[in-house]
Amino acid sequence: MTANTTTLSTGTNEQGNVTITIVGRLDSASTSSIWQKAMDALEEASSKSVVVDTAGVDYCDGTGIGLLVELTLRQRKAGGELEITGLRTEFQRLMDMFDPAEFEKTQIEKPYKARLPEEVGRAAFTIWDNIRSQITFLGELIVALVSAVGNPRRVRWKDAFLIAETGGVNALPIIALISFLIGLIMAFQAAIPMRQFGAEIFVADLIALSTLRELGPLMTAIVMAGRTSAAFAAELGTMKVNEEIDAMSTMGLDPVRFLVVTRVLAILIMMPLLTIFANLLGIIGGSVVLLSLGYPLVTYVDRIIISASYGDLLGGLVKSLAFGLIVAGIGCSRGLQTKTGASAVGVSTTKAVVSGFILIIITDGIFSVVYFYLGI
Amino acid sequence: MDQIKEPIICVENLTAAYEETVVFDNISFDVCKGEVFVILGGSGCGKSTLMKQMIGLYKPASGKILIDGQDIVSAEGSERLKILAKIGVMYQSGALFGSLTLFENVRLPLEEFTDLNSSAMDLIVQMKLKLVGLKGFENHMPSELSGGMQKRAAIARAMALDPQIIFLDEPSAGLDPITSAELDQLILNLARNLKITFVIVTHELPSIYAVADRVIMLDKRARKIVAEGKPAELRDQSDNEWVRQFFNRKVSSNIP
Repeated sequence: MTANTTTLSTGTNEQGNVTITIVGRLDSASTSSIWQKAMDALEEASSKSVVVDTAGVDYCDGTGIGLLVELTLRQRKAGGELEITGLRTEFQRLMDMFDPAEFEKTQIEKPYKARLPEEVGRAAFTIWDNIRSQITFLGELIVALVSAVGNPRRVRWKDAFLIAETGGVNALPIIALISFLIGLIMAFQAAIPMRQFGAEIFVADLIALSTLRELGPLMTAIVMAGRTSAAFAAELGTMKVNEEIDAMSTMGLDPVRFLVVTRVLAILIMMPLLTIFANLLGIIGGSVVLLSLGYPLVTYVDRIIISASYGDLLGGLVKSLAFGLIVAGIGCSRGLQTKTGASAVGVSTTKAVVSGFILIIITDGIFSVVYFYLGI
Repeated sequence: MDQIKEPIICVENLTAAYEETVVFDNISFDVCKGEVFVILGGSGCGKSTLMKQMIGLYKPASGKILIDGQDIVSAEGSERLKILAKIGVMYQSGALFGSLTLFENVRLPLEEFTDLNSSAMDLIVQMKLKLVGLKGFENHMPSELSGGMQKRAAIARAMALDPQIIFLDEPSAGLDPITSAELDQLILNLARNLKITFVIVTHELPSIYAVADRVIMLDKRARKIVAEGKPAELRDQSDNEWVRQFFNRKVSSNIP
């Protein structure tokens, strides 16, 4: 027998008691290999008193002790007695640190199964709680924004411009790419059916109106919600977890004024600018299709000037301001609501993006109705 | 301790450098089996760097670190995993996984690295938590525990696979004196009964006197080990003035 193999055998001693003899090392690897065997041996024995002979154990760590404790527990549960003999003093000392009786009753909580009414109640409460905290936050934000407008010197413009760069300017390439492709794809898809009626040139009208009024602001907002709002939530969330927000409050600095106002202002400045770029790139995307169909560029530009008005452009830009408020506000509010731990930051970021999308779409709908009645 | 001193960690000619700055240069020492070994030094002397090199997180500029005869610096793949199985690490703030309960935190290494059945794992986790005095907190999330409890839980997790060596980074920093003393007791208990080797980075003088079998002291200016030995001996007999000041908690007379 080599020192590396651990063996387990059963037998009967002079007093007629069942003996389980363990020889070799009892470390975490070898113990797991004989664990089941040991339990089976004990069950088979089903004897009132069992002796575990460990004289041949030359190493025993916590896992090995675990095995001995488990054997003792099982035997006691079955109403019998178990004696451990021959354990070396250093391992015995280890064994003495654990009283098997202590491990008898411990229950590990199983995941709690909720019933339907409870789930519904919980969900309703969460939603209500959510709305309330959003309204509270909106109130705080408005107060802070108004005081910022009344006292623009108090705004940390340096931070705001930095955020405008990282959160806004750096988003330009992705927004440009998406707008260009959306314009191109839409023009292409529209040109095919319209060609049957010889009305390809009206693709220009379609592109101009849909981009300026709808797609430019909307695509910009969606990209910003996925990119910048998530970044805000993650950053502020991590600050919350690291107690940086608490530190700020105790220093007498209002986190809303300090962190949120700068971000909201930065994004409010950037959104219309990004939207103008998105509009431009969308229209350029559309032109590619019409040029490839053989129309001169001047015709395309002419059609666009005839069909779209400044009202369309301004309406879209006003909408983009509202979207900017949502994107920055939701990102910051979710970040500030972060609970403790790394996973909470993930939760906040997810919530920021999801509720950002929902609010953007709802707001877009409201604007459509309002513009319709205003005749814009 | 009168057993034969058998080195389990051998650090040979180790040099650490960040870019051009050399943190320490060509240091060598051994840590023996079952020993409580403390790494000391002023702020910025490279204690944490040294420890992170010993657990294989940082690559040293040059030198060898043999853990139970195998070099952790050059080891890769399965060989490296084999070495890592021999060590357990407690990080300064615990570094428990926030999304798992205490029980699941300690159970995770058992699930990943052993073939134990489920009830066996449950029992062992409870035994480890008992060992660090956290029985009854199985279902708590780490965020629901105090700092001291988190540290003790982190020790339980480091011990889950019964490693031969446990590294502790500032175990008593931020703990109250009583909890800190309890932690010292726990470390001594484990070292004496389980023959676990401890490598500890700490500043706390009382706990150094309480637990350390041997200390080494790193110095920022000399960039090497300036003292090695039993803490009480170093305090009273060291021929290095700075070492005596450190142990006696005296203000340095030549602060620039």
